[in-house]
Amino acid sequence: MIAAGCDVGSLTTKVAITRDGSIISHHIVETGFKPDLAAKNAMDGALSKANLSIDDVGYCVSTGDGGKNVSFAGKYVSQLPCLSKGSYFFIPSVRTVVDVGGNATRAISVGKEGRVLSYRLNDKCAAGGGRFFDVLAEALELKLDDLGPLSLQSKSPLEIASQCTVFAESEVISLLNDGKDIVDIIAGVNQSIASRIASLVRNVGVKEDVVMTGGVAKNIGVIKSLEGWLGVGIKTVPADPQIVGAVGASLLAEKELQES
Amino acid sequence: MIVAGCDVGSLTAEAVIMSDGEILSSEIIGVRPKPEQSAKDVMDKALQKAHLALEDIDYCVSTGYGRERIPFARDNISEISCHGKGAHWLIPSVRTVIDVGGQDCKVIRVDANGKLQNFIMNDKCAAGTGRFLEVMAKTLGIRLDEIGPLSLAARNPVVITNMCSIYAQTEVAASIAQGADQHDLAAGITKAMAERVNSLVVRVGVEEDVVITGGVAKNIGVVKSLEVMLRVSTKKFNVDPQIVGALGGALFAKEKFLQK
Repeated sequence: MIAAGCDVGSLTTKVAITRDGSIISHHIVETGFKPDLAAKNAMDGALSKANLSIDDVGYCVSTGDGGKNVSFAGKYVSQLPCLSKGSYFFIPSVRTVVDVGGNATRAISVGKEGRVLSYRLNDKCAAGGGRFFDVLAEALELKLDDLGPLSLQSKSPLEIASQCTVFAESEVISLLNDGKDIVDIIAGVNQSIASRIASLVRNVGVKEDVVMTGGVAKNIGVIKSLEGWLGVGIKTVPADPQIVGAVGASLLAEKELQES
Repeated sequence: MIVAGCDVGSLTAEAVIMSDGEILSSEIIGVRPKPEQSAKDVMDKALQKAHLALEDIDYCVSTGYGRERIPFARDNISEISCHGKGAHWLIPSVRTVIDVGGQDCKVIRVDANGKLQNFIMNDKCAAGTGRFLEVMAKTLGIRLDEIGPLSLAARNPVVITNMCSIYAQTEVAASIAQGADQHDLAAGITKAMAERVNSLVVRVGVEEDVVITGGVAKNIGVVKSLEVMLRVSTKKFNVDPQIVGALGGALFAKEKFLQK
């Protein structure tokens, strides 16, 4: 039984293919301005890695902001159950999922078998979301992946006063112009974003194990800061943290197949 | 008696020199890295225009974001009071002052004597401030002062649903990618901007006459949209709407000087 999950996010589109509860392949592409095309490209990439064709896929569940019009999907499911299910698949002891993606931050309280108990969502304001790291990396002329490791070198993170991403960008540039150390700036930004994420998580309730997913889970600096704010350890999945929603969608697709 | 007001904002600095209830000269410059530098430069220019030297000024009041760091100012007064004072002096029938600056937005209610009664301010979020327009102009690849005129020729203004400037930028970029007309984009932007300002205005209530001060008052598209939303026509100054804060500073300087 082969199933697929297609997660069309604001910045990236992910497809995961599973067979009988195990991941066979996955593929990530940039969403760009054509979500339908991104979904197709992500699916083609994942299929070719698994030497499969679309006809081999019994059922596909789509999810994500742009996932409602995926032609090859049998059903659309919101990100929450997909993330919850996907996190539970990787780490069955999960009770709280913190998903920080490109345009939204979610804190999900997870119950038995990866069910969603309650959640908090911020998709209204870029503060505390992944987008700020793109803005920051661009302002500092650094690669996105370098931000986390660099921040760990900081001994005295600077305080970033602005909450708004637009204002914080200017603040970062003036700190840089004032000759402040770049690692202290990055560490300061991590602290500030982690503090926004932490307040969302506290709102839903902090229950261990806490699992972080989404692109920002690749930033070790944010994870460390968030651990500091929440006072608990944070786990990450033994796979690319960006594919957790797509994996969850694929597992839900398998369930559809079983029930049909 | 010669008095001066100096308003150092986040993006521009203004100086106004007055004598015997008349404006002798005024100047506007883009800010320098340090507020004291901006203040000195703009004041020098205004002095030059009026053929005066700094020693000729009997009293100077500073206002704005950098007001506490102006060495030649004998007093500093908040921009809220200064905008109310300046607007009331120019148009005595004014009761509501909407000041939309580079990095904040204030709605100020004054009484028949120009005295501050109530105000509300947003300086935490770039939505509804000049920065929102700046971000958008950059996204459209046009100058800030082109947005207003462009918006007037729109046929189907693009709808911008996101409040957050960062997310709205993505939305506009997607519309550009889909081939939206530049006039329609500009009109969507001015409307979105006006909506953000309007949401602040309704919280303190509108009483006529209404004036708009600050740089955004020069954006005809935002002004027209806001007038429709507020169901009032705003009064226009016979001076640059950006100097109203500095003018208020000069008026306070006169009062302070007379008290001594």
